[in-house]
Formats: sequence, structure tokens, C-alpha cells
Amino acid sequence: MKNKFQWNNLFLAIIVIVLAVFPLVSDSRTWTILLTQIFIFSILAMSYDILLGYTGIVSFGHAMFFGMGAYTTAVMLKRMEPTIGVFILSIVCGMLLAALISFFIGLMTLRLKSHFFAMLTLAVSGLFLVLAEKWRTVTHGNDGFTFKAPEFFKDRMMFYFVTLICLVLVYLLLRRFVNSPFGRVLVAIRENEQRTKSLGFNTLHYKVIASVVAGVIASLAGSLYAVSLRFVNTSVLTMDITLDALLMTIIGGVGTLIGPIVGAGVIELAQHYLSGLAKEYPIFERWIIFFGIVYILAVIFFPRGIVGTVREKFWKRKTKTRPLGKEEVS
Amino acid sequence: MKTLLKVDGIHTHIGQYHILQGISFEAREGEVSVLLGRNGAGKTTTLKTIMGLTPASKGAVQFDGQEITKKATYTIANAGIGYVPEDQGIFGDLTVEENMKVAMRKEDEAAFARQDYVLGLFPDLKKFWKKDGGHLSGGQKQMLSMARAFVNDSKLLLIDEPSKGLAPIVVEKVMEAITEMKKSTTIVLVEQNFIMASRIGDRYTLIDDGETVHAGDMADLIRNEEIKRKYLGIG
Repeated sequence: MKNKFQWNNLFLAIIVIVLAVFPLVSDSRTWTILLTQIFIFSILAMSYDILLGYTGIVSFGHAMFFGMGAYTTAVMLKRMEPTIGVFILSIVCGMLLAALISFFIGLMTLRLKSHFFAMLTLAVSGLFLVLAEKWRTVTHGNDGFTFKAPEFFKDRMMFYFVTLICLVLVYLLLRRFVNSPFGRVLVAIRENEQRTKSLGFNTLHYKVIASVVAGVIASLAGSLYAVSLRFVNTSVLTMDITLDALLMTIIGGVGTLIGPIVGAGVIELAQHYLSGLAKEYPIFERWIIFFGIVYILAVIFFPRGIVGTVREKFWKRKTKTRPLGKEEVS
Repeated sequence: MKTLLKVDGIHTHIGQYHILQGISFEAREGEVSVLLGRNGAGKTTTLKTIMGLTPASKGAVQFDGQEITKKATYTIANAGIGYVPEDQGIFGDLTVEENMKVAMRKEDEAAFARQDYVLGLFPDLKKFWKKDGGHLSGGQKQMLSMARAFVNDSKLLLIDEPSKGLAPIVVEKVMEAITEMKKSTTIVLVEQNFIMASRIGDRYTLIDDGETVHAGDMADLIRNEEIKRKYLGIG
């Protein structure tokens, strides 16, 4: 087990090193920006995986936390000095706001059965979207507004490194979270909530905490996203963002953490290349149709997501039937 | 002997259906009380109502002198009631080890001592310690489900149809384990297999159409051919 864990860590460390070295050896601005987007959406998708993959909660309102982070950072950087200090403060404020809102929404709605919860999150998220559209003095409505990013981020490479560091930190923190006894209870809730209750767990308490963690991480992704564009409008609160997170998680592999990162990479790259092909081949002007075909194929050939299927075929099978050594029973 | 569990005239509705229509029985400390009855009589719902999973609309449940009728399921479990459901309720994506760890209310020395004891009762679980719960056989799942309930220091165990769908040799193992558990805890057992129930039961409660129709010592029921024929279709 330890050996497998070490190989896993070594593999991830190599990938992080390659990604860290990449902007130093390549002067492609397009790739730097594309990879930055992938890192940001990986953070968002991992946060969604805590809900969907580990706790079995389907939320259609995850974009509201992403949007909260994006607007908090954008508004603070516009109204205050665009410094690193304000940027960090805005991330903290966005996270606190997301924690507070997700706590109350969770407390009110997570008692409900999953489909009612999903519909209610959609409704609450819709409310935030309307609020952003109507509160023009702050948000400038649908048109949105531009703002200045801190001087430090003028160089795209710096922002690339910041998002990469955030991705690695979020991954490590969430891995620790899901592998803890708390994470085991979340999986138990996903598998059989009634049974988890009858083992003595207040499942609502666990689900609310999972929802707060997911909301806070989504808010961080939103803050980074706004700075990457130096612009924010109501699109950060739309259902499209939630659907992207959902698809990235499903295609990458639910309940795996690495899966959503892979999913974010696949989807962002597919979007980039398919839309790019339209310049040469007119048929690709309808690239969204091809995108749909990619989704269908992914679900048919990788029903547990890319990472889930790979793990099942090449990794877990080896451990499934391994009997326990005497020393392993405490 | 002290009464540990007292179920007093409970009624339970599931949707529009009135499933339990007046169930009463007592479980005395250190005994095995068996709930008997035909399919659909209301035995499983009785256990679920005690656990708060299908709350009673009328009547009262007292455990260890305290009213638990309207309490939340997790509060009832934490009061010291372990539950082994009919469908075993194994967490398929967690390994046997993780299933056991989730079930432990406290990961202390006493819990690990009980885990060792329970693994002694079910040595098969040791063999598949790192295997996912979803990949176990029916018998192994039943053993894991019972082991999970027993790993805590529960004062009362509610066990629902432990022999259901299992091969005779596995049923024998499960019965041996329940006999062992009986030495240290009180058990309420739902069982269709009368031969098995009569071997380990001290007292019985007969349920028919959601009502208690008979109760008494198991020894008396074994001799009473008329009741066995009328309510259990045997004899």
C-alpha cells in the first residue's frame, strides 16, 4: 500500500515539475493562458467532486460560489488599490462569504432528498444571478466591468505559477480531507445515508461541512478566474459554469480528485482545438456538436470517468483480492 | 431481569400505508428476543421504527429507561443500539477495514479489542481486509454487517434476517456468531427460519398484519403446534 502511495506521489511530483518548468522553456503565450485556465477549472472541478464524487450530492448551483469569489475579487480590486495585499484579502473575503452562504443554504436544503436539493440550489443560484444583473451600481449588470490586476501579475508567467501553486495546495488539502475519517463518512453517506445514520452519524452535519468546503474552494477558483480575465460579468454565475464543473468531474472520474483535473484538461483542450479548427474547416463552426459527441463517447467508453476506469482496470484489480497480512490487523 | 427495550403499541405509516398497527413487546437484558411472522407482517418495519428510520406515528419506544420514540436515528444509535439491516447496508466502495473504521464510534483500545474479537468470530473478514465491501459474497457481507454492529459496545443489537439468502454452511457460522454475541449483549432478532430462531431465542413475539398477536417464552412456542401452524405455517 505504502509503495503504491509513494509511486503515486512520485508520478504527481514529476507532472508538477514538468508544468513548473514549462513556461520557462516555452514562450507560447497561448499555452500559458490555456494551462492557467485548466488549473483554475481543475480547482473548481475538484470542489465539485467533494459534493458529487465523495458525498453524492448533486448541486446545480455551484456557479454561485464561483461567481461570489469572482465578483468579490473584481469589486475589491476595482474599488481599492490593485495590490497583492488587496488580492489576497479579496480571496479571503470571497471564501468567507462563500462559507457563510453555503453553510446557510446547506443547513436549509440538505435535509431534502437529492433531487429537491438539486432544484433548490438551481433556484438559489438563479437568485444570485438576478441580484448580479440588477445591482448595477456594484456589478454593472450583464455588461460587467474591467479592473486592474496587481502589478505582480502583469507578467502572465507569474500568474501561471500562482494558479499552479493554488492547484497543488488545494489538491493536497482535499486529498488529506477525503482520506481522513471525515472523508470516509462522506463516502459512507454517498453509499447509503440511512445506514450511516444508523451507525450514529448526524449526516446533515457532515453534508453541510462538505458543502462549505466545496463552496470555499469554488470561490477561490472564481477569484483566480476573474484576475485571469481582468474582467467580470454575470456569466460567472450562469448554469454553464456549473455544467462545466459537472462534466469535468464526470468525464475525469467522480470520487478521485485527480479525475476532475484530467477532466478539466480534456474539456479545456477539446474546446480550444475544436473551436480553432473552425478557422480551417467550416464544419467545425458547429464545434459544440462535436463536443457533444466527445461527451457521449467518453461516457460510453469510460463510464467511471477516465481516471476511474483506468484505476479499475489497471490498479485496483491487483489489490482487490490481496489477503491481509497478520501484521496489518490491529 | 431488567427490561432494556420496551415497545408500547407503536403505529407506523409509510406513505399512505398503515404498516404497524399496534406492536408491543419487551426485550430483557441478556436475552435474545425473536420477532416472528410471515412475510410482510411488519417485522422489519418494527426494527426500522425502533431505529427512527420510519418514525412511529403513535405509541412509545423506551430504551434503557429513556423515551427514544421521536429521537433522530443517530441519537438512537449513539444511545447504544446497533442495527444490522436486512440488506446488510455495506458501503461497497469502502474496504472491509474502512467499513469497520467508519462503524467505530471511538477508535480506542476497547474498540480495537472488540474488533479483534469479532474478527475471531468471522475470520473470513481478515482475509479480505483490503477488499472493497461491494466485492464480497453475500455471506461475507452479512458477516461484515454484523461485525460492524458489534465493534461498538452496543447495549442492544437489532438483527434483521441474518440467514436470508445464505448457504446453510454460512448460516451455521452466522448462528454461531450470534450465540457468541449473546453472551455480552442483548439481541432483538428478526428471523423467518424458525428452527434457527428457536435454537438461539429466549423469548418470542409473533407479529401478524402489523399487530402483536402472541408473545412468550420460546420454549412454550416450540411445544405449541397450533400457534406455529396458524401463524408460521409450520408444525
